[in-house]
Amino acid sequence: MIQFAGIALILIGIYGLMTTKHMIKLIIALNVLELGANIFIISVGFVKNGLAPILTADVPSDLLNFVDPLPQAMVLTAIVIGFGATALGLAVARKVYGKYQTYDLSVIGGEE
Amino acid sequence: MKKFISFLLILVLAFFLMTSLNSSLDFFNPPNSLDETRMSNAFIHKNASGGSDPVEFGKSTGLEDGSANIVTSVVVDYRSFDTLGEITVLFISALGVGLLLGAGTGAKQRSGFILKTAAKLISPLMMVTGIFIFTHGHLTPGGGFPGGSMMATAFLLNYFGSGSISTDLKSLKWMESLAGVFYIVIGLIGLFVAGSFLQNYLPTGTVGHLFSAGIIPIIYVLVGLKVGSEVSGIIADFSKSEVTS
Repeated sequence: MIQFAGIALILIGIYGLMTTKHMIKLIIALNVLELGANIFIISVGFVKNGLAPILTADVPSDLLNFVDPLPQAMVLTAIVIGFGATALGLAVARKVYGKYQTYDLSVIGGEE
Repeated sequence: MKKFISFLLILVLAFFLMTSLNSSLDFFNPPNSLDETRMSNAFIHKNASGGSDPVEFGKSTGLEDGSANIVTSVVVDYRSFDTLGEITVLFISALGVGLLLGAGTGAKQRSGFILKTAAKLISPLMMVTGIFIFTHGHLTPGGGFPGGSMMATAFLLNYFGSGSISTDLKSLKWMESLAGVFYIVIGLIGLFVAGSFLQNYLPTGTVGHLFSAGIIPIIYVLVGLKVGSEVSGIIADFSKSEVTS
């Protein structure tokens, strides 16, 4: 069920990337897309009555009810890389704003 | 018009995603337990060659990987090389931000009395909580990345409170570089002692104890320090392009 939320966020992010020309909004759309992808990847590893994959004193010893830890580890990587991409994108946006005094890509235009 | 065409394209994409995924994934019926043939089953039972012996908290000793948090054991032990690459990506993005925004000096910001006082009170507590989270990364949820981010948040709160960066940025760069170097040195020791890069060559101890899991806590402390100083450096670079309000 949660997969639909992930797919919906991915589609909203792609729609935002296609329609907007504002640089900050583009970065926000990219973040929404990334969030949807992360939710989708985590939901792939879900099992019924799943527990977080951490051994504690009151976990049954047959270990059958853990959710899949591998997608979570992948998403941890993806979150950090998404953070790096967002920081770099915001730095580029700030630099462009310093030169053109606007964030709108259609006002800035292309190379002649 | 453009928005309408984009909307139609999204609908087509949604249709294809739904029809292609519906056959391969069961949307409404998650499985009752983890598939025995999945690779993660080996990670959970801490035996990469495929055994399914029970692992008990506080009792099992001398396992292949002694971390109680299985996500940590995947991130820092079984797929540690991946984490090294991830840290490299973060380093490159911090380098890019520094190249783009590092030239200015930044204007001093004004902050209110409440923020100024609360920042002095709260930021040391946040710093300690961050350190707690990354030293207990192999036992509880969390680890190097959330702990490091929390330390950087304390740095950001301190900046908001005082209006300017008062920390010595050169020492942050040193801490970041040394943490990265030590990560690679630990990996290289594994290459020479145990035969493969970043292999867990220290005794793994009892599952659930603070001093257990071999090199995992050491690497997570290094990752926490590196992420904390790196993100603080990014914040400091962004503060240099600040203008007077």
